[in-house]
Amino acid sequence: MSHALTTEEGERASEGRQKAKAALSEGKKAERRLGLLLCAPAVLVMAGVAGWPILYSLWLSLQRYDLKFPDRKEFVWFDNYVTVLSNSYWWNAVWITVVITVVSVVIELVLGMALALIMHRTLVGRGIVRTSTLIPYGIVTVVAAFSWRYAWTPGTGYLSELVAGGEPVLTQKIPALMVVILAEIWKTTPFMALLLMAGLALVPEDLLKAAAMDGANGWQRFTKVMVPVMKPAILVALLFRTLDAFRVFDNLFVLTGGSQGTTSVSMIAYNNLIKGLNLGIGSTMSVLIFLMVALIAFVFIKLFGTAAPGSDNGGRR
Amino acid sequence: MAGIGGAETTGRKARWAVLNVLVVAYALFPVLWIVSLSFKTKETLADGNFIPREWTLENYTSIFSTTEFVRALVNSIGIALIATAIAVVFGTMAAYAIARLDFPGKRVLVGISLLVSMFPQISLISPLFEIERTLGLFDTWPGLILPYITFGLPLAIYTLSAFFREIPWELEKAAKMDGATPGQAFRRVIAPLAAPGVFTTAILVFIFCWNDFLFAISLTSTENSRTVPVALSFFTGSSQFEDPTGSIAAAAVVITIPIILFVLFFQRRIVAGLTSGAVKG
Repeated sequence: MSHALTTEEGERASEGRQKAKAALSEGKKAERRLGLLLCAPAVLVMAGVAGWPILYSLWLSLQRYDLKFPDRKEFVWFDNYVTVLSNSYWWNAVWITVVITVVSVVIELVLGMALALIMHRTLVGRGIVRTSTLIPYGIVTVVAAFSWRYAWTPGTGYLSELVAGGEPVLTQKIPALMVVILAEIWKTTPFMALLLMAGLALVPEDLLKAAAMDGANGWQRFTKVMVPVMKPAILVALLFRTLDAFRVFDNLFVLTGGSQGTTSVSMIAYNNLIKGLNLGIGSTMSVLIFLMVALIAFVFIKLFGTAAPGSDNGGRR
Repeated sequence: MAGIGGAETTGRKARWAVLNVLVVAYALFPVLWIVSLSFKTKETLADGNFIPREWTLENYTSIFSTTEFVRALVNSIGIALIATAIAVVFGTMAAYAIARLDFPGKRVLVGISLLVSMFPQISLISPLFEIERTLGLFDTWPGLILPYITFGLPLAIYTLSAFFREIPWELEKAAKMDGATPGQAFRRVIAPLAAPGVFTTAILVFIFCWNDFLFAISLTSTENSRTVPVALSFFTGSSQFEDPTGSIAAAAVVITIPIILFVLFFQRRIVAGLTSGAVKG
């Protein structure tokens, strides 16, 4: 439209536009500065206490470094990886960790879904149910683990008499693993249920009613209506719990101490690092665990697609 | 699967009540068991009875008379409170920026915090052990506070940015129209509105710090900074012939009390915090 204006007017108008643009970018700049400033402390802490150490452990993993023999510290390239990856205890720990993770997460998904439905739909005492399910979530894992340990120890315990007929459950590999899995399930099913409940809240009531009108029974309404709507919530819950279960340490430490071949990857790394003071081997295990977790997360995020947490970049609505 | 339309009959209510009782029993059983152990006398500890036959407070008086426990309790409270305060302040700043401001690297920040929250903590133990020994932070309060802040931050950022998106931001615009700078708008208008969310986040972060065992057992070596969960696992009883069961049970109950109080008073907030952060974040 500028051709309709006189030259003078045109100049004035474009000047005004430029001023507006400058003011806008001034505001934008201030906003950017503030944004970066506000994020700086969080970023610095995470970079300093998580980012830098993980790089440092990569460096440590390439060295022979045993604190009991500090003089023999030497750069050995991938020798530690060869040592760890050809060690049967390591592979046993990997296997145990995978078993604990898969079994507990699958059972938790089923139980958690049931619990979520109860919490979401219950007609009476919703507050009491929600409050009591938060207790396993909040309780210190070590405390719960001690409770289970005493319950399953013949003499002090009620469960060992009741279920196992007085057998010392925690000194046998398979039963001990089952107790560990039970403790994991007890503690984290409520968390799973809460995440699933958030998904349930997204299921439109009208849709369920319509399905019921069309003659869908309870199970069909669940699988055909609820599950598809809840899929993102289910995947988030599964991802969080899988990664969490893979780190299993506290329960194992208290319940079995890793005896009878019940060591998890976190436990075997801890034993090498803190008990064995072998920083080279321990760091190698740390790096391998990190890689495994990254792999699990990658697979899940591929499954998520756009439903991944964080892919919604937030911002203004 | 009941409960789509229809009348609320007493039969259905009864069925729900039964289910609810089952859930409550599930949640409370192990807790009640450890409480029961903590009140048993030495003689009846091994009787396997769910309800103590003789009640005693001896286990409690005995743990509170040892520095081993009292010191650990002070450590636990101090470390968790400081770490929570710092993580929540930093998290609030970052979450505000994520929810409200446009700046480069925002997605990277969200990605990084997601990454940290998925991080296997054990992977940090070996470098932190070595770094903290070099810097003299090993077995000190800051030596534990630092990793707690780091792992509390992603939780704080997620929960808070979900809360912040629910805030009526027109008020901020109004404040800016009245001549407030973005900084002032943040402090004077938004911060008070955001307080409930911040408080909820603080509870969640505190529970995380209070709960930690792996960092606490790896980065401490003496009473100097050992927290209760770790001290518990080292309880041995006053002589080698004495069973520490009673003391462990009593100490376990003591550190469960804050959790029970949080859950009782802030159930609604905790549920909101856990679900909003995970699903919308």
